[in-house]
Amino acid sequence: MTTAPLIASPTKTCCAPTIQPATPAASRRPVVLTVLAVALWFVVYWQLEPFSNWAVAQLPLVHGGHLEEAMSFFIFDTPKVLMLLALVVFGMGVVRSYFSPERTRAFLAGKHEGVGNIAAASLGILTPFCSCSAVPLFVGFVSAGVPLGVTFSFLIASPMINEVALGLLFGLVGWQVAATYLVFGLSVSIIAGWVIGRLHLEGWLESWVRDVRSATVDLPAARISAPDRIDAGLEALRDIFGRVWFWIIVGIAAGAFIHGYVPAELLSQIMGSGHWWSVPAAVLIGVPIYSNAAGIIPVVEALLGKGAALGTVLAFMMAVTALSAPEMIILRKVLSPRLLAVFVAIVTVGIIAVGYLFNALFT
Amino acid sequence: MKDVKILGTGCKRCVATAEMMQAEADRLGIAVQIEKVTDYAAIAGYGIASTPGIVIDGKVVHAGGLPKHADVTAWLAA
Repeated sequence: MTTAPLIASPTKTCCAPTIQPATPAASRRPVVLTVLAVALWFVVYWQLEPFSNWAVAQLPLVHGGHLEEAMSFFIFDTPKVLMLLALVVFGMGVVRSYFSPERTRAFLAGKHEGVGNIAAASLGILTPFCSCSAVPLFVGFVSAGVPLGVTFSFLIASPMINEVALGLLFGLVGWQVAATYLVFGLSVSIIAGWVIGRLHLEGWLESWVRDVRSATVDLPAARISAPDRIDAGLEALRDIFGRVWFWIIVGIAAGAFIHGYVPAELLSQIMGSGHWWSVPAAVLIGVPIYSNAAGIIPVVEALLGKGAALGTVLAFMMAVTALSAPEMIILRKVLSPRLLAVFVAIVTVGIIAVGYLFNALFT
Repeated sequence: MKDVKILGTGCKRCVATAEMMQAEADRLGIAVQIEKVTDYAAIAGYGIASTPGIVIDGKVVHAGGLPKHADVTAWLAA
């Protein structure tokens, strides 16, 4: 009866929702409270702009100066981004309680490449999954007969097109950009996964991965009530908010600096659509930067406001979110260095292509 | 003596899950042997794709996230 302590690292948390039991009698109240809370959210949200204008006007700043521009961006965007994030994360937490990696895997295991890549990329958006589960998930998928390329489609889509990225793009930059990001992100995930599948690189997996023979697990379907789903949303809120709030503030500060101080002419010259090299440059800068999508979107908002080309900016954002050093370190446990290099190369090329395509279509 | 395995690579929830199982077993007065499985290949061998997972007497009963308290009681009492 001994319990040796597990090795816990403060940076690791699993994102799967925690679902607490609820008695049937108390099942109405959480739903009502949630509806009220969401209504209150909207009331407060609509008051943010007048309030932040008033707050900035109280500051002893030169009207129309750089600092005032930067401060008004910061004071308006901080509560706005945090509120949007809270709503989106809660909503997706509820939606994700309908999905699980095991069910997604069972669904994908019978699929062929092509259709499988499309399904995997789409499910990558909806299936709850966190980086500390990445290795079990990868091995679990591959050993259960999900094709390697299909597994990659899932792994690329999951961090790149997440609820945080889409929700914040929708709220801050507009639905057109959010929809574009969704379509292009899915395209990159589907095509990159398909290409990796075509290359037949199964032999480049770490050898222990190929040797795993997993039993197919048959978990009893959990009965999940509406209050359970609300709890799942609240748990996602606590978990994700706790991890990203700091990065959001950093991102908004960077956005505020760009908004207030970086000359529009300079930025549109570098990141406008005039140069052939601006897209690959943005991607190469973005790959080593590691940020949560939530931290990068205020920067995206500020860059677009200064006249940067949309394709260039979205390529930058995809590079930041889809390829990151921590993810590479985790994937290195299952992929040989060669396969990891192929993965990074294909995704990078895909993102650059998307950036060019979008700049060409919308100029 | 129930044989309980917690599958997970050391994330916070895996620790919490192990503590939860131990506490509930103590409360019910059921003797358990809790073992952590942290090896990736071993975890994958159980067929789960998300952690933490719980295996009781060789049978996978849970995967992904903290279990429900009521479920823990049911698994241990079964």
